[in-house]
Parts: sequence; C-alpha cells; structure tokens
Amino acid sequence: MNTSPFVQLTLVKLREYTREPEALFWVFLFPVLMTCALGIAFRDGETREIRVGVLGPSTSLGASSLVATLDADPRMSAVVVARDRADALLRDGGLALLVVPARPGGAVTYRFDRTRPESSVARFTVDEVLQRSSGRSDAFLPADDLVHVPGSRYIDWLVPGLLGMNVMMTSLWGIAFSIGMARAKKLIKRLSATPMERSHFLAAQISGRLIFLPVEAAVLIVFANVVFGVPVEGSWLLLTVIILLGAVCGAALSLFVASRARSFEATSGLINFAIVPMWIFSGVFFSSANFPGTIQPFVQALPLTALNDALRGVMLAGSGVRDVGHELAIMAGWTVACFGAALKIFRWQ
Amino acid sequence: MLAIHCANLRKRYADVVAVDGLDLDVQAGECFGLLGPNGAGKTTSIEILEGLNTPDAGDVEVLGMRWGTDDRTLRQRLGIQLQETQLNEKLTVEETLRLFRSFYIEGDEIDRVLARVQLEPKRKAQVGKLSGGQKQRLSVGCALVGKPDLLFLDEPTTGLDPQSRRQLWDLLEDFRREGGTILLTTHYMDEAAVLCDRLAIVDKGKVIALGTPMELIRSLGAEHLLEFTVEGPDLTVEMLQSLAGVQSARKTESGYSVTTSSTHQAVPALLGAISQSGGRLTLLNTHTATLEDVFMHLTGRHLRDE
Repeated sequence: MNTSPFVQLTLVKLREYTREPEALFWVFLFPVLMTCALGIAFRDGETREIRVGVLGPSTSLGASSLVATLDADPRMSAVVVARDRADALLRDGGLALLVVPARPGGAVTYRFDRTRPESSVARFTVDEVLQRSSGRSDAFLPADDLVHVPGSRYIDWLVPGLLGMNVMMTSLWGIAFSIGMARAKKLIKRLSATPMERSHFLAAQISGRLIFLPVEAAVLIVFANVVFGVPVEGSWLLLTVIILLGAVCGAALSLFVASRARSFEATSGLINFAIVPMWIFSGVFFSSANFPGTIQPFVQALPLTALNDALRGVMLAGSGVRDVGHELAIMAGWTVACFGAALKIFRWQ
Repeated sequence: MLAIHCANLRKRYADVVAVDGLDLDVQAGECFGLLGPNGAGKTTSIEILEGLNTPDAGDVEVLGMRWGTDDRTLRQRLGIQLQETQLNEKLTVEETLRLFRSFYIEGDEIDRVLARVQLEPKRKAQVGKLSGGQKQRLSVGCALVGKPDLLFLDEPTTGLDPQSRRQLWDLLEDFRREGGTILLTTHYMDEAAVLCDRLAIVDKGKVIALGTPMELIRSLGAEHLLEFTVEGPDLTVEMLQSLAGVQSARKTESGYSVTTSSTHQAVPALLGAISQSGGRLTLLNTHTATLEDVFMHLTGRHLRDE
C-alpha cells in the first residue's frame, strides 16, 4: 500500500510534535498558565494597594506622622524607608512613590518614575490624601461607576491577544525550527534528491501545523471562559475562520523566514527577528494605539495586529465578517506573498 | 549501453577548483568506483551527476537523459545516498521507508526493503536509537525503495565497523546481481577492490587512472612490494633498480620501496647489496601490491593522510 506523499509528509510533522513532549507543553499548557497568571495579577474586585515610601529616619516626627496619615487611607500602605534603600525599591517596583517630608517652611516632594502607570496614579492619590489632611476641601464629590461587565475588563482584552500570539508564535517556531534543523542535517537536500514535489513538502508543513490547532485554541478559549468568564460574543464559525487564517498566515511567514538560512542558529535568529516586532507592536499586552501615528501604518500592517484585532472584534464586540474583512485581507495577503516567495527562494541544497 | 556519460566536467568554488576536467563513462549493470583521497573532488563530481549541483562546464548524461530537461523522469529512476544526511530521528525505520516510498510511482514493498537491509527487527525502532551501521543501511534502504536503475553512493561505509561494512557490501552485491548499476565514491581501497568492476582513481579533480582493480594493480608492473629501512650509508635508486628481479625503486620518508614480480630473486640480491655497502638492514616488509600502492605510485601520496 502506498499513500500520497502529502499525507506522509504531514504525518512526519504530526509525529515530530507528538514524540516531543516539550513541544506539547509549549503549545497547550504554556498559554493556559500564562492566562492564569495574568488573570490573577489583573483580577477584578479589590484594587491593589498603592505602596508608598516615606523617606526616614524612622525616628523623624515628620516621617512617622506622614506614614500614619497615608496608612489610614484604605487605598494605600505606607512605610518609612531609609535613603540607601529608597532608590532600589523605586527602581524594582517595590514602591510606587517616595514621599520626601517637607523641610521647615517648604512642601513635601514626590519622587517617582512618570513612565510607570502605577506611579502616576500613586502621585495623584497620595497628593489628594495629603492635601485633604492639610485642610483642602473638595469642590464636589463625584460618583464612581465601576465597570465589572464581562467583556470590558483587562482580562477580556488580554485573552484574545494571548490567543493570537500563541497561534502565530506556534506556527512560526514549529515550522521554521524544524526546517532549520532538517536543513542543517542535510535532510532537505536528501528529500530534494527524490522525486518529491517541492510544493507538497511546503504545504505539508502548514497542514501538519493545523491538525493540533483546534485543540490548542479550544483549550485556551474554554479555559478563559470557564475560569475568568471571558466571552465569545460573535459567531464561533467566524472565530474558527480567523484562527485558521492566523495559523496559516504564521505558517507561511515561517516558511519564508526559514527559506534560506543555512545554519540552525541563523534560522533561530531570523525567527526572533520576525517575532519581536509583533510582540511589541501588535497589541498583545497593551493596546497598539499607544504607538505614535507615524508608525501606525507599520503597526496595522503586521499580521499579528490584524489577527488580534479580528479576534477581539469577534470575541468581545461580536463583530461580523464585514467588520473584520480588512483584517482578514491583511492576513490573506501575507499568506499568499510569503508562501509564494518561500516556494521561489527556498534553499533545497 | 551507458548509464552515465560525462565529459570535461568542471566546477570551481571561490578559492578552489573542485573538479578539473573529469571524464567518465559508466556502463549499465556495472559497479563503478571513484577512488581518491578526501578533497579530491569526488563528492562534488557525484553531486553533479545526481543533479544536486551544477557544473561550470562539461557535458552530463544520466540514463541517456539530461538534468534541466528530464529531472522528473530521472529522479524516479535514481537511488541516492548522501554522505552527511541524518534522517529524522523521531520517525521509526518503517515510517522513514514509507515516507520515501511515497515519492515514487513504482517502487519496492517496504517489507522487502526491510529484509534487504536487514532491519526487520528494528522496524518499529526510532531512527535516533539505531547504531551507525543500521542508520547507514536505512539510508541505503531509502535509496533502494524506489527500485532505482542507478544507485549513487557517496562514501557509504565511512565510519562503520568491519561487520557493518561487510553487511553493506553484501547488500550492494544483491542489487548488482539484479542488474542494477552503481556509482560509488570511497577512500577505502579494499572497498573499491571488493565491490567495483571498474575504478577511476581521482586526484585534484581529475581521473588519473582508470580500469579494473586488477588492471590498475598490474599497471604497477609488479605484484609485490618490498619496503625496508637501512642503517649506514645511503643507497641510490639507480643501484636498487639494477638489482636482479627489481622492477622499480624509490625513496620513501623513512627508507626505500622496491617493486618486484619475483620476491625470491629480489630479496637475496637486496641483502647482498646492503651488506656490500656496509649498511645493516633494520626493517623489511613485503606485501602484495594494492590499489593504495597504485595511488602512491601515481601521486607520491597516501590515500588517507591519517
């Protein structure tokens, strides 16, 4: 019995995965653990305490009365910190803000890093507490309407990003890595000495990747839904299509990345070169809208940005095909261009 | 009928000429060997014939077809084993053969190939768990699974223990008996002598001698070699050549080497000449001439510089 070369080549990919327990960990378990960790770090409910330091010595009357005032506020915990430890604590995030007590005739000084969001928040919260305790009265008392609706919390925003990142990264690593290895071992050269159709080999890399995809994506979506209540507002079919296209797009990109490099090390370097910009710019952990307008065309053109936007649209806003058409087109474009280029420039010998 | 014809093959890399006008004709049904030291251009030559490398100049015909126009048909009929290929370690022996079988329209049964390369007991073993000899036999199995007319083998037994080499040789003999043609490269003269109907001795990208192993050895004009070292005054090559029974003589790094077809005449004459010159014989070795001696005779160097 002789089976088709495409099926055989796909089976090779499948066996590579299943016989490498580490690969299974990274593909299935890692994203779940990551979701879990981030979900707990940014959990809803009680707000985390702001950690404030007051520059000591602890015997100083000014310092201990500041600590007493600040600590009385439920939103923060304050401690006296000696000068030699204060900078290190600020740097490592052990303190969000350092209050330097006033010299006679002066006012307190706030020492903090403005680029840390929690420090900026601390600056205004601490200031409000100290001003009030010194007698300032508020012009009016606003009411807070806190958002607790599933679908609009940070974890809701985060999970589609993690899903997109995982789908794209697994494609990129899984394929380029094994091609780099096979080329270094002259296995690709050996295959090219057979009548094997080259397009079969490249297509099998993609199809082998897709077999585990439904499980991989489902594990994360179901876990996030059950544990954190992350919703899927839109159509499951459309969500499946987007995930599939994202994986195929990552696979094509991976083939392109691995198409020329001779050594295994060079391949790893190129994979990172492709991945790092997407990690930074594509809105996995924080919104890509944070980047200045001049680089937005670049950010929006990245395949992972398109994938994440589309996933968020369908999962959180219930977007339909028309709403994510633009993103689907970007991913399809990358797929066609990368697969075509890989087929043309792939180094077989 | 010619299985391979190549004429005036040339290939040059940035700083070195790998193949420098190589001519070869391999008959269908024969086992032809390229014998030469490492770096002689054997691998470059065989890879050009396999269509894996392109020559700068020269004419190549394989099974009456040409690379560049008949690739698809040619690939179906060739079996190729490369020097450095490491097969996928995670696949089993059987899975590896099935993969390679799937590329060929017509090919052999997996079970038959397994039997041929004596790997039936290892059928379910992962490639990573095989010994060097077993890996090499599997590599040849992958080349045989498409039922090739012509088999290319690049240094098939390098690094194998004597028993594994023997097993591989038997396997190739079987392929020959069924009418297959083999082109192999080797730097082992015994392998060339055992397997090959005809040989080309290759050095610096050129064929420097061609013939059956017997013809090549006979071309030395003598069947035996005497190698000896002497303490005392130097002997001249002319004097040695004039001795009874001696055909040729030359100095070697440590002493002298003399060829002869009648050891019984040459040895007494040699001993007489040494004592006459006032020297003392410190070492005497005699052996039947081999392909190694042919190579030494032609190039003044050893086949293997180890």
